[in-house]
Amino acid sequence: MNRPWLLWIPLAVVAFIGGLAIYGLVVPKDDQVYSAMVGKKLPEFALPAATAGVQPLSNTDMADGKPRLLNIFASWCLPCKAEAPHLETLKAAGVEIDAIAIRDKPEDVAAFLAEFGNPFRRIGSDSEMAVQLKLGSSGVPETYVIGGDGMILFQHIGDIRAEHVPMLIEKVNSAK
Amino acid sequence: MKAFAPILLMLVAPAFAQGSGPTPALANRQLPDPAKEAEAMRLMHSLRCIQCQGQSIADSDAPMAGTMRAEVRQQIAGGQKPDAIRDWMIGRYGEWVSFEPDMKGAGLLLWIAPLLIFLAAIWVARGLFRRRT
Repeated sequence: MNRPWLLWIPLAVVAFIGGLAIYGLVVPKDDQVYSAMVGKKLPEFALPAATAGVQPLSNTDMADGKPRLLNIFASWCLPCKAEAPHLETLKAAGVEIDAIAIRDKPEDVAAFLAEFGNPFRRIGSDSEMAVQLKLGSSGVPETYVIGGDGMILFQHIGDIRAEHVPMLIEKVNSAK
Repeated sequence: MKAFAPILLMLVAPAFAQGSGPTPALANRQLPDPAKEAEAMRLMHSLRCIQCQGQSIADSDAPMAGTMRAEVRQQIAGGQKPDAIRDWMIGRYGEWVSFEPDMKGAGLLLWIAPLLIFLAAIWVARGLFRRRT
């Protein structure tokens, strides 16, 4: 045997594969699909009002010089109900929030707002999820920080919990 | 009640796939031109559904897959090239959305890994055979 170290190669390969397996077990799995639109301008869209008595939403409405949040929600989505009080907190802190209702009916949106409050300046209705696709959004709820120039600055996937509120206020304020 | 909230949320995970809205017309209707429909179909089989992550948008019944199929058919009908539409999707969801990894970055490693392993095997085999002579 003139090259005894060759014997170690199979062990090294197996150890590497074992290491990958352990890495896969230890590192938490992240199934979320992040939007690649962060850092880009809002896509062009013009959505009708989601229900009677609310304002419709287009991309130009959000490029008025004031940074704000864009909340993607639906009346049929339970986590959206869970985050409603935190959206109220954000509004109370002076953060302006626009919203897009996904695959929703006007009467359902009205019932949702009546029960959980309406912290939104405008609510557009995206019944075919076309704008959701353009935003690179993968579900409800999601919340975007939009700069005053209509730039998408940040994406928060999932419901807003109490611990996310200060971070979102900070992101909106630093966009000014 | 608060302690149960995460469990409740898990139970209602299927609610993510619900809601009631109109399905886009082109989600489930073929294009009139068979050649264009075939082109769209080929592309749809290689784009990943955002909602049910293991399936292509051609195979998935999720509402988001329907919206993505409609977008693909609309752009194909408008004369857009499949590669440009794939890039459009990647521009929204990242490389993740494509079932055909690009030949750059980690994708490149994926493509050349078999070649590298083959070369390594030749090198090892050569060492082993040389020993006998």
